[in-house]
Amino acid sequence: MTSLLLLIPLALFLGGCGLAAFLWALRSGQFDDLEGAAHRILFDDDEPPRA
Amino acid sequence: MAEPVCRHCGLPVPPDSLGGSEFCCAGCRAAFDLLHGLGLDAYYERRVTDPNVRPLKPEDAAELDLSPEVRPGPEAGTSALHVVVDGLHCAACVWLVETLLKRHPAVVSARLNMTTRRLRLVWRGGPDLAAEITRPVREVGYRLLPFDPSCLQGAAQTRQRALLRAMAVAGFAAANVMLLSVAVWSGSDMGPATRDFLHWISALIALPAIAYAIRPFLGGAWGALRHGRMNMDVPIVLAVALAAGMSLWETAASGVHAYFDSACALLFFLLIGRYLDALARGRARAGAENLLTLSAVAVTVERPDGGLVTLPPERVAAGEVARVAPGDRIGIDGVVESGRSDVDAQAISGETTPVAVAEGSAVHAGTLNLSGPLRIRVTAAGEATLLAEIVRLMEAAEQGRAKAVALADRAARLYAPVVHALALAAFLWWFWAMGAGWQESLLTAISVLIVTCPCALALAVPAVQVIASGRLFKGGILVKSGTALERLERVDTVVFDKTGTLTTGTPQLAPGDWTEADLAAAAELAAGSRHPLARALAAAAGVTRPREDVREAPGEGLAAGAARLGRHAFAGGAGEPPPAEGPELWWRADEAAAPVRFAFTQELRPDAAAAVAALRAMGIAVSILSGDREAAVEGAARQAGISDWRAACRPADKVARLAALRAEGRHVAMVGDGLNDAPALAAAEVSLSPASAADLAQTAADVVFQGGRLSPVAEAIGVARRAGRLVRLNFAFAVGYNLVTVPLAMAGLVTPLIAAAAMSTSSLVVMVNAMRLAKGRSR
Repeated sequence: MTSLLLLIPLALFLGGCGLAAFLWALRSGQFDDLEGAAHRILFDDDEPPRA
Repeated sequence: MAEPVCRHCGLPVPPDSLGGSEFCCAGCRAAFDLLHGLGLDAYYERRVTDPNVRPLKPEDAAELDLSPEVRPGPEAGTSALHVVVDGLHCAACVWLVETLLKRHPAVVSARLNMTTRRLRLVWRGGPDLAAEITRPVREVGYRLLPFDPSCLQGAAQTRQRALLRAMAVAGFAAANVMLLSVAVWSGSDMGPATRDFLHWISALIALPAIAYAIRPFLGGAWGALRHGRMNMDVPIVLAVALAAGMSLWETAASGVHAYFDSACALLFFLLIGRYLDALARGRARAGAENLLTLSAVAVTVERPDGGLVTLPPERVAAGEVARVAPGDRIGIDGVVESGRSDVDAQAISGETTPVAVAEGSAVHAGTLNLSGPLRIRVTAAGEATLLAEIVRLMEAAEQGRAKAVALADRAARLYAPVVHALALAAFLWWFWAMGAGWQESLLTAISVLIVTCPCALALAVPAVQVIASGRLFKGGILVKSGTALERLERVDTVVFDKTGTLTTGTPQLAPGDWTEADLAAAAELAAGSRHPLARALAAAAGVTRPREDVREAPGEGLAAGAARLGRHAFAGGAGEPPPAEGPELWWRADEAAAPVRFAFTQELRPDAAAAVAALRAMGIAVSILSGDREAAVEGAARQAGISDWRAACRPADKVARLAALRAEGRHVAMVGDGLNDAPALAAAEVSLSPASAADLAQTAADVVFQGGRLSPVAEAIGVARRAGRLVRLNFAFAVGYNLVTVPLAMAGLVTPLIAAAAMSTSSLVVMVNAMRLAKGRSR
């Protein structure tokens, strides 16, 4: 039963990481413009920007 | 060889250009040099120019002072600016604007939303940097218009985000609690202490998550109860709260069963449904919002000191003088102070032939200046313009129609009270009649609430609607109104407008008493003009290269030497012109010749006859209501195979005719495109509009379809009919499911976990049934 004391917090921690990552992505606006993102990949910089 | 075009903006290069032989003006040359210097030449290869968008031509106007619009940024020491970017053609433009801004060392982030054309710019420093940072973007030729992010972003998006957050939290809790529950349910040799421990951990996860994720339903339930009504949210909130509360009681009393898993899973599934629903609605709303931002063009205003300044339309005062270059949309109402031009007023009048304007003519916001520069004395701007007024009228008409109550809401009104009565009856029956303990009685009542939990019923309609809308959307058909599919399903009569709907709206040269030589010579003049009739003439002759000595007399026509092409009088016609039968141009080869008439007709959309036949095959009556002349309507009706037509209808006549059809008990769909159709579109039971239509007609229509074909009308009705069949099937299934499970639950044979599983299965069945719509034929 002692393994539960490790495994349950571990499971919750990993799940919590996933949740936090999703909430962060949502907050940073990654779900706002789903159409533009599809086109954006076509125009990524090929050359490094000139400083 | 084709005429040389500017390497930057794509407009023809005039012979004496200040920008040299490759550029039309010094501004374009500077813009090209700027991009070249920054190593961004790739833009020119990547871009796809949209002919409907203003060409990318830099302007001399003094820059708009953006600093009052700057707000504090997300972090200390940063500033943020929200602007609408005017002049975006394609994704390459998005890339270019973002790259130009990010080259400035102070810029933290620059994000341009392609759908809404809204740019959010954050930089380190104060408001005074705004002009410096945005200068390269303006020098390339884009125009920046400030907007208030709080009013445009809207409550809808915040709501959508809140739903998504609640969904994530509920999903996290449901998965983790379920993990623990599996251990409890299957743990044969588990001691009571371990079980209690797992129950407490479940409670620790579930209770905060439920408290958070139930909020979207709580608001709806409270709103309904306060107004003395019932909706689907009430039983959901009640069931979840009761299940959570009772589980907590059981846990505290060291009971055997806790139902945190059911409560979390229920919330999670319901939130998925809610989010999908909100997503479909949000997409439709974004379409409408874009139409509104499209009318927001920058206005170039003369200052008292003679300088020029660019202002958003609502900041222009009446009495000021605005300048409008050829090719620009007019952003204000006013009277022409000086200049002559042709104005394309299709957005306002639905008329495809441009109107000639000169000093003293009234012009309206939303129209397009075609041929010559104009100075306009402003009479009204922003909310006071005719365009804004008509938008308001349309919105009022829209609200009148919104009384069609969605099927799901009608069902909820009937269903929710019955569910609560049944649950209460189950509790009372077990508590008093059977003498059971209150926990056991409450458990039965909760099972009834969960098992009937309106999931299947609540999903029955939206699931089908979301999938039907998605399927139509892929086919280029946008369903804007939530109840449009229900109304489309009943349609038994389709009424078409003629100009721009049955026909393409592009004029075609009609046979007449002109010769091939006339056509070839006239087309040489016409090839350089942007006037739609001149373009049609050039297209008919296949000529692309204009004569070199052509001058355009704005509002009159084209001249080269003694040759004239344009109005009757301009082409040397004496006296009153013979009555026009439609749009026409007059041609005179030289001074001695009598003017020759080129008449134009409008061509039927290529699949008009096929689409009409398809509608007939579905048992739908088809007719035409047109404002055009009798002969033209009769011709179009004969070609499209429509026997029932009425010509010379004013907008009010169309509305009256629709009312008469409705009085006969018919369900009428109106298909139209012009602003003159907008009242009829709003008056019909359901309305469709091609994407080429005037903005306002699209605003009034329930369904907007893209492409040059008419078959989407039949496709939309076909999908709506199948969707209707599936909704009824889903309802039948949900009702049958309840008829079986509710007696079982009331008899106390169903535990909440089994109830939750049964409920989820029924929801899945309903969803899978709805998915069938995504495949297969439309009819």
